[in-house]
Amino acid sequence: MKVLVPVKRVLDYNVKARVKPDQSGVDLSNVKMSMNPFDEIAVEEAVRLQEAGTATETIVVSIGPAKAQETIRTGLAMGMDRGVHVQTDEDLEPLAIAKILKAVAEAEGADLIVMGKQAIDNDYGATGGMLAALLGWPIGSAANSIALDGGALSVVKEVDGGLQTVKLQMPALVTADLRLNEPRYASLPNIMKAKRKPIDAKTPADFGVDTTPRLKTLKVTEPAAREAGIKVEDAAALVDKLKNEAGVI
Amino acid sequence: MAVLVIAEHDNTTLKDATHKTVTAASQMGGDVDILVAGKGIKDVVAAAAKIDGVRAVIGVDHDALERQLAEAMEVVVVGLMDGYDAVLAPDTTSHKNYMPRVAAKLDVQQISSVTGVESADTFVRPIYAGNAMATVQSTDSKKVVTVRATAFAAAGEGGSASTSDADAGLGALKSEYVSEELSKSDRPELTAAKVVVSGGRGMGSGENFKLLEGIADKLGAAMGASRAAVDAGFVPNDWQVGQTGKAVAPQLYIAVGISGAIQHLAGMKDSKVIAAINKDEDAPIFSVADYGLVADLFKALPELEAELTKAGY
Repeated sequence: MKVLVPVKRVLDYNVKARVKPDQSGVDLSNVKMSMNPFDEIAVEEAVRLQEAGTATETIVVSIGPAKAQETIRTGLAMGMDRGVHVQTDEDLEPLAIAKILKAVAEAEGADLIVMGKQAIDNDYGATGGMLAALLGWPIGSAANSIALDGGALSVVKEVDGGLQTVKLQMPALVTADLRLNEPRYASLPNIMKAKRKPIDAKTPADFGVDTTPRLKTLKVTEPAAREAGIKVEDAAALVDKLKNEAGVI
Repeated sequence: MAVLVIAEHDNTTLKDATHKTVTAASQMGGDVDILVAGKGIKDVVAAAAKIDGVRAVIGVDHDALERQLAEAMEVVVVGLMDGYDAVLAPDTTSHKNYMPRVAAKLDVQQISSVTGVESADTFVRPIYAGNAMATVQSTDSKKVVTVRATAFAAAGEGGSASTSDADAGLGALKSEYVSEELSKSDRPELTAAKVVVSGGRGMGSGENFKLLEGIADKLGAAMGASRAAVDAGFVPNDWQVGQTGKAVAPQLYIAVGISGAIQHLAGMKDSKVIAAINKDEDAPIFSVADYGLVADLFKALPELEAELTKAGY
């Protein structure tokens, strides 16, 4: 079984995003970038499937600027076999990404796609669903655990009220929630080894995908600021304030 | 202009998120219809017809829709979209699951978790864990939008929309529902609660969440948690408030033993009043809290419960 894992290079999750003064977007110059945390979990799951003998080949793909190669190398250092880098300097929307990924999945003959449930930068949470629909595959989103059960994939999903189990016919797509696994750290020897693993260089044009944005960003602004309030002395003062000043209890 | 709103329900009860999504839809202008897709949904259809400002309610009743599986919902919604310029659903897990499929099938870019509607094609949505707000204008012919329900007021009830049934038009599906394991609770639903009492890593153990329960009981509050508390196994996953969990905007959010990481703030900083109890006076939570109590929670919580009793709660 071939497993494809799409990964995204995003602003590191510990860094607070700063809006540019001209309101054109978030300032990404000279800030720490990392692999999207949900994608790390997806990579880890693919590597585990390979270690269990379920996956025969694991392919990590990223769509983005030249530096997205570093993100692919991170996936390779965690244990994936090879990479595909679709280079573009445009900030593509989930629909365009899903179309490119569909073409990659078909070209690679993927049987299973594992990916993050959302990227922590644009917070769309849409690419996985779009990709599954374009491929005509079933989806297990926000996966808490997955297990191959005969020819089908059993997925325990995190839903609003708790957990839900669904069974998907293969080929299938799974989006990873935070609790699917604990991603490993890449060791130095594995990072060195990853430098020799192959990365295919592609462009969106290779797949004939029209990437024209459908949404125009009119402006990006700071959210309404929330000021710090006051410190109270003790529990009695807190109850008094909540009851008599704020009137919320 | 006609907008289709997809109802949030559990096959017997219509949820408040529907009313809030109707408000967002009304702000786009034009006629608003509601789709109730599920199994045995007669009561939900009747309840949806009472929402103010709704033109018609369409009920689609089918076994495969009982759990609103993604593939089934995709077929039903896409099948109705010839008659609509936009489709809106609250951004709960079940709708987040299939709405991108609908968007892809219609070849449009989904607009996720909007907190503001400026016009029929222009929306405001949080990005970067709520640290920036993007105003986006869609050039697509149809809009597929998920709505951060907590950002909108609930539409009232006094309407009398027409109701009709539609056929699901479902063939064989590649996915099936197996089972569900839901957290049982008598407390209000987290996203709809007026008061939320939330615990973090500082609680130390699942057992210690009992200290919060007494307070939640007195205030009729829902219980929430930070990711750290969920990952440590103190409480179930579906309690998680934050960028990757639930977004809440109650009247009062009480954060106990929660430092206030970016990802947690993303899910609760639109609360009307935030109270924080933490022994670290430099914790980031205090920079957004209206009322901060710097104290050991193991001492402060029993005192708080006693004070609430004294105040008549």
